[in-house]
Formats: sequence, structure tokens, C-alpha cells
Amino acid sequence: MPAPITIRLDPITRIEGHMSVETVVDDGVVKEARVAGTLFRGFEMMMIGHSPLDVIQYAQRFCGVCPTAHAIASAQALDAALGIVPTENGRVIRNLVGGANWIQSHLLHFYTLSALDYFPGPYTPPFIPRFEGDYRLPRALNEDLLNHYIMALSMRLKAHELSAVFSGKMPHSASIVPGGVTIQPTVDKVTTFLWRLRELRDFIDNYYLPDVIAVARVYQDGLEQGRGPDRLLTYGSYDLSTDPDVTKRDRLLRMGRLVAGKPQDFAPDKITEEVRNSWYTDAGPRVPTEGRTVPMRGKDGAYSWVKSPRYDGEVYEVGPTARVLCTALSGESPDMTAITDMVLSELHAGPEVFHSTIGRHLARAIETKFVADAMSRWIMEFRLGEPVCADFSIPDRASGMGLWCAPRGALGHWIDIADGKVSRYQAIVPTTWNCSPRDDRGQPGPLEQALEGIPVRDQDNPIEILRVVHSYDPCVACAIHVLDARGNERGAFRAC
Amino acid sequence: MSRISRREFMDWIGRAGASAALLEVMPPGILSALEQAVQQFPLIWLQLSNCSGCSVSAINTLHPNIENVLLDQIIPNYQLSLRFQQTVMAGSGEQAMAALEETHEEWKGKYILIAEGAVPTRDEGLFGTMGEADDRPIPLADHVRRLAPDALAILALGTCAAYGGIAAAAPNPSGCMGVGAFLAQEGIDTPLINIPGCPSHPDWFIGTVAHVLLLGLPEPSQVDAHGRLKLFYGSTIHRACTNRDYMDEGIMAQKPGELGCLLELGCKGPFTMADCPRRSWNSGVNWCIGSGGPCIGCTEPGFPDEFCPFLTLQTEEQ
Repeated sequence: MPAPITIRLDPITRIEGHMSVETVVDDGVVKEARVAGTLFRGFEMMMIGHSPLDVIQYAQRFCGVCPTAHAIASAQALDAALGIVPTENGRVIRNLVGGANWIQSHLLHFYTLSALDYFPGPYTPPFIPRFEGDYRLPRALNEDLLNHYIMALSMRLKAHELSAVFSGKMPHSASIVPGGVTIQPTVDKVTTFLWRLRELRDFIDNYYLPDVIAVARVYQDGLEQGRGPDRLLTYGSYDLSTDPDVTKRDRLLRMGRLVAGKPQDFAPDKITEEVRNSWYTDAGPRVPTEGRTVPMRGKDGAYSWVKSPRYDGEVYEVGPTARVLCTALSGESPDMTAITDMVLSELHAGPEVFHSTIGRHLARAIETKFVADAMSRWIMEFRLGEPVCADFSIPDRASGMGLWCAPRGALGHWIDIADGKVSRYQAIVPTTWNCSPRDDRGQPGPLEQALEGIPVRDQDNPIEILRVVHSYDPCVACAIHVLDARGNERGAFRAC
Repeated sequence: MSRISRREFMDWIGRAGASAALLEVMPPGILSALEQAVQQFPLIWLQLSNCSGCSVSAINTLHPNIENVLLDQIIPNYQLSLRFQQTVMAGSGEQAMAALEETHEEWKGKYILIAEGAVPTRDEGLFGTMGEADDRPIPLADHVRRLAPDALAILALGTCAAYGGIAAAAPNPSGCMGVGAFLAQEGIDTPLINIPGCPSHPDWFIGTVAHVLLLGLPEPSQVDAHGRLKLFYGSTIHRACTNRDYMDEGIMAQKPGELGCLLELGCKGPFTMADCPRRSWNSGVNWCIGSGGPCIGCTEPGFPDEFCPFLTLQTEEQ
């Protein structure tokens, strides 16, 4: 039998940020995987000492693909710290701005970032070079999808326009503030939003969802492979109410936790971060409000800038699969149940397929339709002439937590204010969960687990690895931004 | 021979009843021969310490749309060829790095280097790496050192690339530098044009590319002291602000969400050079001040540190 080989992919392209993946392949099957984030930025340290009102603009710049999610999570943390809740107009407009970018992000992810794993593009850069994989789509479908790839570029642009109607500009919106938003709803904005949304909903219904189903039919093995941990976590998204405690809010996509398919309670204080295999000085598991991070690029055994968030010490996957299953299993969302049943019956499959490589794409397409449909109702909830933003002042000392979902999964922001300034800022983002390295107990992160067992037909064209990686929609720039107020001494450096 | 673009060639293939599959087996040499009358400009798009926002913004270009940019002659007889761009390229790993190196070798002095993001320099650049050589990660700074000297021109896209931007915000944990400052430190004198903005506007990007293709590098009189084209950055936000009449009439917003000039909420429009109020964003749909958000000075060299606080309340000290 041939000896095991190591396949190292650096850089992983068609993701957001800088990342590498190393796999050990034995007898054509991945035995072990290590996922590494390769860029450190240190955002939270930059916010220390700032006016708390600056953090929404800083936090958005974690990521140019999902800035609105960071803006909203950051605004929620501020809402809590300032002791306010958004006005009704503020709640609705935040949902619309976030929803529009959600559509943008998911269209970008399926067509621009992932689709080329399943069908080849034209023979011209940037579509070449490429891995010569087992592209299996029938020729006619291949050509259709290539056309849809092109159409999706302009649809994605339209989704950014949709968001900008109420966010000012995209990426990096201008209108989200504590207490709501700065923009007044007017009938002209409502009308243009409605009609742009209508075009996007047509595309989602008639192209995006059918395209993902068509790929799933051909790549049946992708519905079985790439299983992550059987533990799923989501904070939910899109507030339908404004309870001061975010964990008590009614949300379109529901907050929750699933273990082996069974719903469990969720308590945010069970979230910790571990750094045994990350390039930071060892700190032991720490809750985000006591996070401590001192960079140490050459640490023995460490291999990533990404930390390892865990819930009650266990590995959890976050993202579309968690959201779709938590919402569908709640039994309180007939729309989600209907869309999910429709997709599963098309594929003659059960809900377990959502745990797979293609299943994550299916879940993303399902929730895109679910959110876009809900947006068409929300846009009519405007209260003309009523306030868009609650009054507030900055307290001397306060703390707040924002829990939301970025398109990639559960997103938490935590702020501490002292002397009226930011004294600590911490964010745990979806890719930190999904692309985490091994934790203090040696448990591999979700993507590392999903890669184990994947067959690789040709070590020079390991497209099967890319398919699994892309199914998680990694956003590594988001994932590596952490550094805490006290962690500013220079870490020891050893050339590795 | 007549000039034919890749797109026209593909259309012709389609009309002739052949399938797109033919293109996949067509040796690249034949395509090149058909295109030899068209001037090719390979692009190497290097993502440094960035958030990808400038890539996402660039693909928001409306006329030309991104499909035109990738496949058509962006200007008659001028065709871009995106050889390396991590967010969109099909290839990954060593294959992607090989595409980068081939373009570097084959097109020395002829490729346009687009830098997105700042250059991390702390710990010999190991806070940001891409690819590996001899089992060691290659610092992003080393890629800039290698690729910058042989570029026809460098476009620093976005404020991080132009001046360090938010990647270099105090206390600058990764030792980030703007590309211009890094090149000066390294003694590399390849022509550089800054296209700042957080993110940069797609029109500023496409317009600057078109300038290089059609007119060559800008004359000194066409750029300002910060290396930006005056065409886009020649006037303050304030001068053409759509809220300017509020200020003239003394209607000043006193809290977020109020109509009025945003100056007393901390708007940096008077200190920020860019044509946002005339051009608008996202296909002309809106812009920051149009949504009630104060300008935060994102096209300026001192952004973000010198422009904070971004939003001030009247109850706070001024």
C-alpha cells in the first residue's frame, strides 16, 4: 500500500480571507485535516479607548462580505450597554438591511465562490487554471449554470443596491446606530425596495434554489459526505420583537442548539474560547467577557490564527444547517417547514442530508428564500413619521452582548464600557467556530472533522477537498481579529 | 486580421453550433492568435491585510459590469486578463501560486499589480502569509517585494492599501503599512496610483484602470499630494453635499435620525476629498450622508484614527 501523502492547499481561493488546509491522505482517503487562518489583524485592540459609537464602523470592517451582520451585532451590544431597544422602524430597517446583504452573500457564495467546484468555466482566466475534477453535470446543464453564474453577478449587485436603499452604501453601511437607524422610511424607498426585492425573489425561486437542487441530484455523494459534528448552534436572526434580553426575542430564524437532532436549551455563558493550537500564549478556556489574547506566532504545535470556540467544552457547527434545522424543528414556522419539505421531496431525502457538503448549500438556498419572502412582508411594516432611532446617552460604565447571525453562522459581540469609553471588545464569529483548530482536548474543529473520510481521487487535483471547505463558506478575515485590552505585549517569536 | 475579443470568439463558436466544451479543449495558443490585435493587460490582484470589501465593491461596477471587465474589451482593443485574484479564481493552492508566478515571469514590466489591503510587516511579515516555499509560509510583504518592481503600474485599491487604513489603525497590532510607504521603505519606485475609500468606489477603480490603459500613467498635475486622481478626489464631500442647503439654512441634526446637516453630529465631509455626493453609491441608489450617516473620512490618509469619533452626541463635550 502506498505511504500516506500530505496535501497542502495554500492559499485556499474563493473564500474571504487568508487560509490554508493541510490533509493527510492515506489510500485515497483523508485521514486527518488541519485548517489554518494565515492573517492576523487585531481589530478589537484597535477599539479600546474609542467612543462606544465608533465600534459599529470598526466592527463592520472585519469583513467586506458580511459587514451588515457585524454592524447589527455591534449595535445590539451597544443597545444592551446603553439600556435601550431599537424603535419599531429601527428594528424593521435593520432586518431589511441585514436581509438584503444576506441575499447578496449567499448568491455570491454559491455562484461566485463555490459553483466552479461543480462545473468548469470557460477556458480563460480567472476560470483557469483549475483542478481537473470529476465534473459530472450534463453538458446542457453545465452551460445553463454557467449562464446563471453570470446572471448571479448582476443579481448580487442588485442585492447590494437593495441594502443601500436603507444602509447608504455597501459594503460598510452608514445608517446603523444604537437605538435603530438614521434613515427615515419614505414611500419612494419602500417602493423601490419592494421592486428590487421582487426581482431577487424571482431569481432565488427560479434559478438559485433549482440550481442547487440540480447540482445535488448529480452529486449525490455530496449529500452523504462532509459531515461535521452532530452538534449545531445558532443564535437566530431577524428580530420580530425587541425584548431587552436578546436571548428572549422572537426571531424569524430561531435561536437554539441541536445535539444529535434533539433541541437543547442555550445559555450564552457556556461559550468559551481555547487557544492550545492557536498562535497565542496559552490561556485555558475563557468566556468572551474575559477573553485574553497575546499573539505568539511561533508557538510550539500551534498552527492557526483562529481560536477554538466551544460550547460547554464541545465542538459545534454553526451556519445554515443549524438555522434551517432549528427553525424547522421548532414546529412554529410553517413557511420553513414547507420550503424544507419541498426541497427534501425533490431529492427523496431526509433532513440528515443537511449535515453534508451539498446539504449546506441546500440549507443556504432554503433560508435565502425564507428570509427574502419574509422581507417582502416586513417592508410594508413601516411607520411613516415615527422615530427611526431611540434617544440614548453614553453611560460611564456598562456592558452589553449582541447575538445575531452572519450569513455564515452564529455571531456574538461583547462590549465593556468604562469611563464612557470602550474598555473591552470581543467578537466570536461563525468562521471561528467552523474553521477552528484542535482545542485543548485535541478535538478537531468542525471543518477538520468534515474533511476526515473524504475520498481524494487525484492528489494533484484535490477538488473534493475544496468542495468540503467551500461548503462552510469560510470568512477568515472575520475569524481572526481578536486581541484583548491587556494582551498588547509583543509575543515571543520563533521562526517556524 | 480583424480584431476579435474573447467574448466575440465565444459567441461565434456558439453560433457555429459548437458547444462551450470546445472552448475547454481549445489550446490557449489559438485563442491568443485570434486576439493578438487586442492589447492584453494581465492583472495580478494581491489581497494583503484586507477585508475583501474592495473586491466586493469592485464587482459592483455597473457600466461596464464585471462580466464585461472579465470577458470583453474594457475599452475597444484593450482587454484585461485577471490572472490572479483569490476571491474569484478557480485554481487553488500551488496551482494558484503557479499562475501568479507565470504571469510575473511572462509579463515582466507589462502587468498591472492591484494591491488590496495593507502590508503586514510585524515579525518579518509572518502576521500575514500566502503560499509556501521550502515548507515555510511566504509573508505577504515578500510577495509585494517580488511583484512590485516588475509591474507596469501598481494600483493601491482602498484606503488600507493606499495609506494603511483600518488595517493599520492604532495600535497597529500587525505592523501594517500602506503600499506606497512600504515601497518607499524598500526603495521600489514602480509608479503607484492610490484609489482610496473604505471600500473604494467601483467607478474610481474602473476609471483609474481606464486612465492607465488609454492615457498612460497620470501626469503629476492630474494627481493630488496623496497620489489620488483629482478626477475623483478633487473636491471635498462638503462642497457638493446633498445636505448642503440644510447647513445654509441653519438646520442642523442634533441626534441620529434627525433631518438636517450632520456637521454637529461629527460629519467629516468638509475634510474629506471624494466625489460621493455627485456620484452616489451602489448604482446611484444612495450614499452615506443620504442615509443620515455622517461622512467618516474614509478616503483620507489619516483614516480612521484622525477621524474619530465618527459620531458625536450634543450631550458630549465637543
